[in-house]
Amino acid sequence: MTYTNPPTVPRQSATFDDYTLSEIRRAAATGIYDIRGGGAKRKVPHFDDLLFLGASISRYPLEGYREACGTNVVLGTRFAKKPIELKIPITIAGMSFGSLSGPAKEALGRGATLAGTSTTTGDGGMTEEERGHSEILVYQYLPSRYGMNPRDLRRADAIEVVVGQGAKPGGGGMLLGQKISERVAEMRTLPEGIDQRSACRHPDWTGPDDLEIKIQELREITDWEKPIYVKVGGARPYYDTALAVKSGADVVVLDGMQGGTAATQEVFIEHVGLPTLACIRPAVAALQELGMHRKVQLVVSGGVRSGADVAKALALGADAVSIGTAALVAIGDNDPKWEAEYRKLGTTAGAYDDWHEGRDPAGISTQDPELMKRVDPVAAGRRLANYLKVMTLEAQTIARACGKNHVHNLEPEDLCALTIEASAMAGVPLAGTDWIPGKAGL
Amino acid sequence: MPSFDLSKVPLRDLNQALHDVSAGANETDFEVLNPRGAHAVAVGIDKPVRVDVKGNCGYYCAGMNAEATVTVHGSVGPGVAENMMSGTVVVKGDASQYAGATGHGGLLVIEGNASSRCGISMKGIDIVVKGNIGHMSAFMAQAGNLVVLGDAGDALGDSCYEARFFVRGKVESLGADCVKKKMKPKHLELLADLLKRAGITDVKPEEFTRYGSARQLYNFNIDNVDAY
Repeated sequence: MTYTNPPTVPRQSATFDDYTLSEIRRAAATGIYDIRGGGAKRKVPHFDDLLFLGASISRYPLEGYREACGTNVVLGTRFAKKPIELKIPITIAGMSFGSLSGPAKEALGRGATLAGTSTTTGDGGMTEEERGHSEILVYQYLPSRYGMNPRDLRRADAIEVVVGQGAKPGGGGMLLGQKISERVAEMRTLPEGIDQRSACRHPDWTGPDDLEIKIQELREITDWEKPIYVKVGGARPYYDTALAVKSGADVVVLDGMQGGTAATQEVFIEHVGLPTLACIRPAVAALQELGMHRKVQLVVSGGVRSGADVAKALALGADAVSIGTAALVAIGDNDPKWEAEYRKLGTTAGAYDDWHEGRDPAGISTQDPELMKRVDPVAAGRRLANYLKVMTLEAQTIARACGKNHVHNLEPEDLCALTIEASAMAGVPLAGTDWIPGKAGL
Repeated sequence: MPSFDLSKVPLRDLNQALHDVSAGANETDFEVLNPRGAHAVAVGIDKPVRVDVKGNCGYYCAGMNAEATVTVHGSVGPGVAENMMSGTVVVKGDASQYAGATGHGGLLVIEGNASSRCGISMKGIDIVVKGNIGHMSAFMAQAGNLVVLGDAGDALGDSCYEARFFVRGKVESLGADCVKKKMKPKHLELLADLLKRAGITDVKPEEFTRYGSARQLYNFNIDNVDAY
């Protein structure tokens, strides 16, 4: 009698999964690390791991759609003569012209203006598209200083000193040559078609003491009118927030690791920085200990998608949030209607992230004149405005359910966490308990 | 001539007065006394005024200057004329780090020495240093001209793009992708003009060596990775 062992089902390695294997093969074939756009794709504790408690007997809710719930926010109340007043606590994050097409920048400006909020320039300078269509425009002061000039500083409504970005704290940009068109090259004072590195550090200051003096210079140049934001990548939020306050920031912008980037190393995006959820409480703690909470405003970004995310960020102590990736999706990024073309690029709608190649079928992260015609700035701006208003309505709905007549009245007490990790990071109790890891129970 | 004694009036008054100069104004000459190392002196000017600063300044003197002629009769701290767009800044003494950093245009003349990172990320500015410059000068310099009558420190022009460097003395070392280049007639002509504009008449362009980008690292190639 012969005995044949039954065959086993082929088993994929959890360590060497298909993606990892493909990345090893890609690296071996090309000799360069993978570069892509967007934010972290790995799953990390996030706003979804928190829940609002709502009101019952111990809390008294407000009537939905009938009782007022404020959403306005004022940024830059510490030193600036002209603080920024927004109708909603959601802003559009800095995204560069060069990475994005002109029509995409115009759409962002139109959408933000319709919704009563601000948009932000990025690496590469200020374009007429965005200044002309953004009622409130924040001008980023970046390490590269591409296109930086005092005229645009004065034309801005606020100045954001970018020290770091959530997708790549400590890292610079990696816009490759194929997107350096004649216009992008001219704005950045670089030859066409060469790889363009955006510096990882400011060339003329080296630490918080210097930053304080740099901020003083920017204030003197703009006659102390403009709010000065300082944007940091989420890595050491407690200390970075404290030092930004010490340096004189009016607003701290804190970008967690789910925040996007135009293009940088995949290894950076997925392996450097803190999840957004883990950034907020240390930053708020720093502000509270300095007696500056609500005096220096905190704007949180990195993976904000819905009104629930907005409400959770505000409940944890932020004054506003900022969106980048979600705004791009709203104006048409990764739209399934271009699926056939995404397939030709070896990807699918929803996963396209090779923005540096400049072949974005949606016409958003490209400088190709034919592709960018696909973005109708008016219609795309309308879509963005709709989305911003929906997020605001959602946040209001939640705030009312928690008994708040302003979204800023949300507080950590309104939240619980679904996981121990989220509970520890957000500093709110694990659902059904009064336990916060690392803290004694009530 | 308006005079601002910074031992008696706040810096804010000086800068506001400079910003308030209207186009075609008659009063275009300003004097600044007792700067005593103040930061951000005469920053953000965008009119063709003349400012004479009598003493030493701190950080970012004449930062983001456009059109103005600012002369510092003393030494300056880090970042003098940073991001200058046009006009002229003259430092009679020495300059600290990052002189002319990210400057897009105009002329910066340092009659003494400049410290490290002179002309870092320069984007079109012309810088003339009569003395020496420190290490990592013109790092990632994109455009413009850096003229050094003395010596240059380590890693001159590291990762530079299209900027040109003319050094009369010795160079401690060149940075990644920065190489010695042939001085052609057009460069001699350019240099002669720069020296003339800087008020230097006793030095000949032929005494300088030209350096610039080898353009080997403009597009990433794994075979060049050892250059970094």
